[in-house]
Order: sequence, then structure tokens, then C-alpha cells
Amino acid sequence: MFDLDRWREIFQTINKNKLRTLLAGFTVTLGILIFTILFGMGNGLKNTFYESFQDDAQNTIFIYPGFAKKPFKGFKENRRIEFKNEDLELLKEKFGDRIEYITARISDGVTVKYKSEYGNYTVRAVHPSHQYLEQTDIEKGRYINENDIKNDARVAVIGRLVEEDLFGRDNAVGKYFTLNKIVYRVIGVFSDIGSGDREERNIYTPVTTQQLIYKNTDKIDQINLSYNMSIGASGARRLSKDIEKLLKNKHNIAPSDQNGIYIESVIEDLEQTLQFANVLQIIVFFIGFGTLLAGVIGISNIMVYIVKERTKELGIRKALGAKPSAVIGMILQETVVITMIFGYIGLLIGNFILKSMGRKLEDWFITNPNVSQGIIIFATVTLVLAGLIAGYIPARRAAKVKPIVALRDE
Amino acid sequence: MIQIKELHKSYRMGSNHLHVLKGINLDIKEGEFVSIMGSSGSGKSTLLNIIGMLDEAEKGSYILDDVPIKNLSEKKAAIYRNKFLGFIFQSFNLINYKNAAENVALPLYYQGVPRKIRKEKSLYYLEKVGLADWAHHLPSELSGGQKQRVAIARALASEPKVLLADEPTGALDTKTSYEVMDFLQGINDEGKTILVVTHEPDIADMTKRIVMLKDGVIEEDKVVEQVRASQYV
Ligand SMILES: Nc1ncnc2c1ncn2[C@@H]1O[C@H](COP(=O)(O)OP(=O)(O)OP(=O)(O)O)[C@@H](O)[C@H]1O
Ligand SMILES: [Mg+2]
Repeated sequence: MFDLDRWREIFQTINKNKLRTLLAGFTVTLGILIFTILFGMGNGLKNTFYESFQDDAQNTIFIYPGFAKKPFKGFKENRRIEFKNEDLELLKEKFGDRIEYITARISDGVTVKYKSEYGNYTVRAVHPSHQYLEQTDIEKGRYINENDIKNDARVAVIGRLVEEDLFGRDNAVGKYFTLNKIVYRVIGVFSDIGSGDREERNIYTPVTTQQLIYKNTDKIDQINLSYNMSIGASGARRLSKDIEKLLKNKHNIAPSDQNGIYIESVIEDLEQTLQFANVLQIIVFFIGFGTLLAGVIGISNIMVYIVKERTKELGIRKALGAKPSAVIGMILQETVVITMIFGYIGLLIGNFILKSMGRKLEDWFITNPNVSQGIIIFATVTLVLAGLIAGYIPARRAAKVKPIVALRDE
Repeated sequence: MIQIKELHKSYRMGSNHLHVLKGINLDIKEGEFVSIMGSSGSGKSTLLNIIGMLDEAEKGSYILDDVPIKNLSEKKAAIYRNKFLGFIFQSFNLINYKNAAENVALPLYYQGVPRKIRKEKSLYYLEKVGLADWAHHLPSELSGGQKQRVAIARALASEPKVLLADEPTGALDTKTSYEVMDFLQGINDEGKTILVVTHEPDIADMTKRIVMLKDGVIEEDKVVEQVRASQYV
């Protein structure tokens, strides 16, 4: 392997037989190219899944009321379940030690107006904790605080794109605008990298303010909370169950009723989706592996052909004193070198294609397709192995060449 | 140098059994220049190939430089060929993508000689056959006679005990043939043992001993007055 003369021999043969080498290497380049692109795409798909979960803190649990489908304790079926402030207070009271952040959320579509500009947006009435759960980044001003809640303050935190739409170049913070004709003051502007455009067109107001405007109701649409990380994934599952039990009991929903209350946990969704992504990537890996194998078989075939073509040369070498091991080593190393060179070409082209595709494929759920550094090392090892496997049969053939047969004059 | 006793060789061709060598006895001393003659198919090449360890005898013994040659592994055979023997073929058998110097250096490469020494030696032997100026030419750029001289230089480069040549002049015209024989005579004068297979009597006359093969046995084995090739070139 580290015999400099051997390398010279090999590079001379490769150099003097370019077309032949090109032919042999082509299948490998193609195989690796397809492998790289498929694998990169697989990664891209996985990235999309990851990003879609970056939207929210990963220890978040969402709780929605639904419809009780079953009659229970004298209550009729098809009852609409509604949450009120007391539900949130109850959760705080019972599970406070396991909850990190908790917030109510009421969502409404509103018409927003500032001077002559107006548009339709979603307002979310929330507690201050919402900022942490949604992972909202304040760009200017501040988020809703406890004082706003206490005072039913008519203040709003608007998304970056709301500011862009309505305020243009102006700094929205401190300005007054109307939500369904009621005047609010902008106290902050936020961005949300994880969630993207839609989230950045939302407006947040204190939950109490919104409840006051809706004729003194204390209803809430949804409760979001995050659990203490210290309880772990299994603790989170148990917490979900406990919450479900408590709320079903309070709202007189049959324990077996699946539709009364919905509890969604990011961690479980994430686990499921990542599992799906992993399966997908394994499939992609096998397809890629198949193409790589096709490349190996291709180069192996061509090397067998090359050995046949070089029978005479190999016979001469043997007559001059080449040991079988020298011939085997030569053919093996030659195959490995060709495989490596053309494999890397495939890898480079594949990487280049992936890079140039970049974000263009986001519509197809592929984000930032790439192959990692680790994969490149893996690919090198694979290529060497592939070369060795591909070279095995031709090298054996070469070793079996009998000089007396090879040198017979036709 | 070479002792052969009761050597037999036959080829199986399907159900046919072709007995080619039927008990060859041959003794060749160091420094001899022997030609093997005989009609086509008489087994000349077969005998030379066995001596060259490219083929194996069925029966009989063969001793080369006091080493019994029997049941050699391919590896051993390669080592012995490399150490003891230099080959010259009718069709030259140069590697077409290597230039003259590289071709000459090839047996040295398989001997594990360092690159620098290989270079020096190959140039030395090319000079000896008068081709120093052609060292960097590919075989395709050389004439038949030049190619055979490169092959002779290659056979000499590993400094073998015995040179084996199977019809070395078979592909050459008369004048070039004599040039090649002139070289071989010069090498023999320096003491190298040479075996030449030929069916051209004038070539055989330029050696010192003629062995006639017929029907698988040696029909005649005579020492001859050597005709010097130099007078024709
Ligand atoms: N590998 C082989 N398999 C079968 N038969 C063979 C083989 N090699 C040689 N023979 C046969 O053995 C006989 C002797 O062959 P050989 O090549 O030794 O003859 P030769 O004396 O060198 O002839 P020529 O002058 O034509 O070169 C021939 O009849 C040939 O057909
Ligand atoms: Mg012959």
C-alpha cells in the first residue's frame, strides 16, 4: 500500500489508459452522485421536520377543549366543552411543581387599522408565559407583562410583518392602532425565526384585556404549558395523563371519551415524526446503497474486462518475476484508486448540486439538503471497501493468468 | 548449470493425449551457447518453457544452478524466474505503454531494486545494445530489431544466470537477425549461458552447440564451429 513504486506503476497505467479508466470510473461517479443526492435530500427532509418543531419549545403540551361524544353522569352526548380561567388556575394549583410555564390563549381574527393602512390579522390573547412557549423573540419594545394582565391594559405586541405591512418604515412601538375599532398601543415588535411568516403576522394582547372586551367572559380557547425538564419524557407522558384525568373529571367527560379534551405533546409528536424521518432516511440509504452497489458491480465488470485485455501484459510481468501477490496488489490498488477518484468526483458533483439547490426545494419539504462531514469520512471508508470488493474478482483473475498462455503467439 | 533427466511432458486435449516430450536428457554447462532445433510441433517451445519455469514437467528431474525445480508454487517460480532467468521472445513482448527504459527496468522493479539504481541499470543495458538514445521512446516508435534489442537489454538487466530465447529472430529480417545474434554472441563471450530455440540453420550455426529434437526425444546433439555474426553486419 505504501510502496511508492507501486503508486507510480498505478498512476502510469491509469494515465496511459485514460479512456479505459474513465469508463471504469463512470459508474462509480454516477453511483456516488445518486447516493449523495438521495442522502442529502433525506437529510433535507429531516431538517424540515426539525424546523417545524423549532416553532415551539419542545417541552410544550397543548390542551384544547373539544366535544364530549359520550353521555356521562347524566350529561348528554355531543356537548361542547369550554375552558375558563378556573381551569388554568386548577392546573397551576394541582401541578404547579411540574409546570414550568403556563398560558391561556384566545385566538380571533380582527381587522387592524393604522392611519390609512389596514388588514386582517389574528390576535392571540395570552399570558406573559406565552413568549417562552412560542419562543418569540422581541425585536423592539417589550412583551406583555403581569401588570398588563392585572390592568387589562390595551396594549399589543405585533409581529415583524405586521409592522412592515401597516407602519412601513415607522417604528411601531408607542404608536396607537385599532383592533376591531378598539384602540391599542403597540408595546413591542417580535420576530420568530422558527415559525416563519405566518407567526410574524400575529398580534398578541393580554388575555384579560381580550376577555373584558368580549363582554366580561372568562372563557379561554386553549391552554399551553411546558413541563419542567427534570421530569423527563416519561414524566411528561404521566403529566399529560394526569391533566387529562383531572380536566375530564371536572368537565364530566367519560374517561374513555377521546373527543372531550385534546392533549398534544410536542415531544411525542417530535418522536413520532423523527421516527418517520429516520425510516425514510433508512429507505433512502438503502436506495443509495443499491446505486453504490451497482457502481461497484459496474467497475468490477469493467476491471475484469480490463484484466482480460491486459492478459498479455500481466503474463509478461509474471514471466519477468512478478509474484501473484504483486499482481493481485496491483489490480486491487488500481481499482481502489479509480473507485476513490471517481467516487470523490461523484461526491463533489453531488454536493455541488445539493448546495446549488439550497433553499429552492423548500416547497417540497426539503430544507437545506446536505451531507455532513461525517458522511464524507464514511464515504471514504465505503469507497475503499467498495474498491476492494470491486477489485477482488478482477485481481483473482489477474493472479490466475498463466504467463505461458498469455505469451503464446496468436 | 542445467541438468535435465528423463523429462516427459504431455498435453491432454479432450480425450486425446499428446505426448510431446518423451524422455529428454540434457546437460548444459555454464557459458554454453545452445540452439534447440526441430520441426514445427517437435516440442522446442515446450522444453524451453519448462526450463523457464513457465510450465512444469510431468516426469523427470530438472536442476537449475544446483536447485531442483519441482512442485514450485507460483510465488517461488516467480522468484526463481526473476533471479535465474532472462526471457527473449519472438514477438518481443514489451509493455506497449512503457518506454524502453521502463521496460528494461521492470524485472528490477520486481526484484525490489531501488528506483535510482533501476534507472542507472536500465540505461547501462540500453547502451550495451546500442539504444541509449532511444531510452524514452515507446515500443511503437521502435523498429523490430530495436524492439528485440530492448527485450535483450531487459533480459540482461536482472543479471540472470541463463538467457532463454524462443525464436528471437523469428520476426526479423536476415540482416536484423544477424545483428541480434551478434549481440547474443557478445553476451555469451562475456560468459553468459544462452539457450536459443530456432528453426533457421544459419542462426543455429551461430551458436556453439545444436540440439535436434524429433518425436519428443533428442535426435542429435552436436558441438559446432561457431559462425561469427559480426562478419555479416
Ligand atoms: N498448452 C497446450 N495444450 C495442448 N497442446 C499443446 C500446448 N502447447 C503445445 N501443444 C502441442 O505440443 C506440441 C509441441 O508444441 P511446441 O510449441 O513445443 O512446438 P514447437 O517445437 O515450439 O513448434 P514451433 O516450431 O511451431 O514453434 C504441438 O503439437 C502443440 O500443438
Ligand atoms: Mg515454438
